[in-house]
Amino acid sequence: METLIQQVTVGLASGGIYACLALALVMIYQATHHVNFAQGEMAMFSTFVAWALIQAGLDYWPAFFITVVGSFIASAAIEFAIIRPLHKAPELSVVAVFIGLLVIFHSVAGWIFGTEIREFPSPFPKDAWFGGSLMSPHQVGTIFVAMCIVAGLFAFFQHTTLGLTMRAAAQNPGSSRLLGISVGRMLMLGWGLAGAIGAVAGMMVAPFVFLDPGMMTGVLIYAFAGALIGGIDNPVGAIVGGFLVGVLENLLGTYVVGTDLKLTAALVLIVSVLIVRPAGLLGRRTVQRV
Amino acid sequence: MQVSSVTASSTHGVDQASTFMSPRNILILVAIAASLAYFAQGYVLFQATMVLAYAIALVGLNLLTGYNGQISLGHGAFFATGAYSLAILMNWDVPYWLAIPIAGAISMVAGYAFGRPALKLQGLYLALATFTLSVVLPQLLKYKLFQPWTGGVGGIVLIKPDAPFGIPLSSDQYCYLFTLLITVLMFLIARNLIDSGTGRAIRAIRDHQMAATSMGINHQHYKSMTFGVSAAFAGVGGALSALAVQFVSPDSFTMFLSISLLVGVVVGGIGTLWGAIFGAVFIMFVPELAEKLSKDSAWAVYGVILILLVFAMPKGVMGLINRLRVSTLVRN
Repeated sequence: METLIQQVTVGLASGGIYACLALALVMIYQATHHVNFAQGEMAMFSTFVAWALIQAGLDYWPAFFITVVGSFIASAAIEFAIIRPLHKAPELSVVAVFIGLLVIFHSVAGWIFGTEIREFPSPFPKDAWFGGSLMSPHQVGTIFVAMCIVAGLFAFFQHTTLGLTMRAAAQNPGSSRLLGISVGRMLMLGWGLAGAIGAVAGMMVAPFVFLDPGMMTGVLIYAFAGALIGGIDNPVGAIVGGFLVGVLENLLGTYVVGTDLKLTAALVLIVSVLIVRPAGLLGRRTVQRV
Repeated sequence: MQVSSVTASSTHGVDQASTFMSPRNILILVAIAASLAYFAQGYVLFQATMVLAYAIALVGLNLLTGYNGQISLGHGAFFATGAYSLAILMNWDVPYWLAIPIAGAISMVAGYAFGRPALKLQGLYLALATFTLSVVLPQLLKYKLFQPWTGGVGGIVLIKPDAPFGIPLSSDQYCYLFTLLITVLMFLIARNLIDSGTGRAIRAIRDHQMAATSMGINHQHYKSMTFGVSAAFAGVGGALSALAVQFVSPDSFTMFLSISLLVGVVVGGIGTLWGAIFGAVFIMFVPELAEKLSKDSAWAVYGVILILLVFAMPKGVMGLINRLRVSTLVRN
């Protein structure tokens, strides 16, 4: 029983990370209707930038904020320079560009910062009051940060004019344009937001998995699965899905198949769930008018 | 008026496989390809064989993704299925020429078995499901329960077949020519499939599933069959590549292979038959070229080349060729 509780909490802790990144994926999906395969590598790159800033002598929080703002600007710039010119290209061509971005960020990070594994500091002190015997302060802190982001984003998308405008631009670009919305600017903003969230996720993940160019690959697969199992158009679903994937992964690995087939078992289970509920657990079924 | 009708018929023609290549052009191309067996040697011949094997797999993926509109990030898994089927069969002393169709059939069954439940999934969800396949299969191949067949992490070593009937060809040359023969065969099958009524049904489902269904097309049957046929193509490609490499191991079929195949389809041209050749050349040579240009950041170079290509030719090489043909037609 004690191992079970422990495994669930460990699962919840990694689930918090998946939830965070799944959220970034859902946000960019809501704001652009694309799933950016390079999101994880961009987050990794941001984390490396933060690491370099800390190495240069900055304190954690200034480095954190500079990185988040920098990632926002860089992601928006990528949208403007690379994705926007392709708005008429077939969807798969855009996917190919995402794959290109993925390998570029991966390779350049290894080239500039080296491929050895590094430690990344946690902003939460090791003996903070919210840590317990089951979860370290950093794990609790990560989940708290994920919750704050989702609350903030929910409020932004549901209760502000700008959030509404962004959703409209993604869902129906044609009508939005007729209403005077600058669709391009909204997409750019969506990319920027996703980049910033990804940066936060990366900096939260790094103390667990350590910093190296491949750190986000596995995390991204789980996050993507979490986003889909919750429903790609639902931010709350992304959070639920992320935590679910984290817990499932740990329980299956401990009790059913062993660590060899952990990833396999988790993914197969996720796909089976999707076949029963094709739009995800909390997603809306899209109804098409003909 | 004249212009618009030409454009309309040409855009329609893009989907039709036979318009680009007349039988005469195909014969010339095949003759050039066959003569390569005498000019090229050793590694170059091996590369040419691999290009053909990839081209077959790309035709398969394009049938599914380009013509039927189902995205797959997992065709590397079917490629691996074909390769491993061939290797295991040859270990059981089945001759290679029999093992290849069997490998294709096994991949087809696997593809159908996957495609049937995956009917419910669309777009991103299908992408995830297929991606799962490409992540899962290498792990399964390594799994210790299957080790007696798959050889585990170590894989299986194969022996290249010699030319039959005492034909004076080295086994490299023979392997290349044999692969070329199968490639021609597979391209013919694909062309006939695309241009047939079945091909029109497959395309109609891509363009508007509901309209196609109301015309009496059983979309469930066609979609899962397309999955199966597409997997069979990938399996044959995989089997031929295994024959050329003379070795299969789980690490040759990582998810990167699946992603490369999708990239190959995009570079060649989505929904085009002959684009597969250009896509296969890209898959085979661009990583090497990138390695030559910059050792430290070869993949960054690869990414830049890929993005530049998509910028220059959003619809792939065949998209560009078709556009040039239309503009010359209009000018005349």
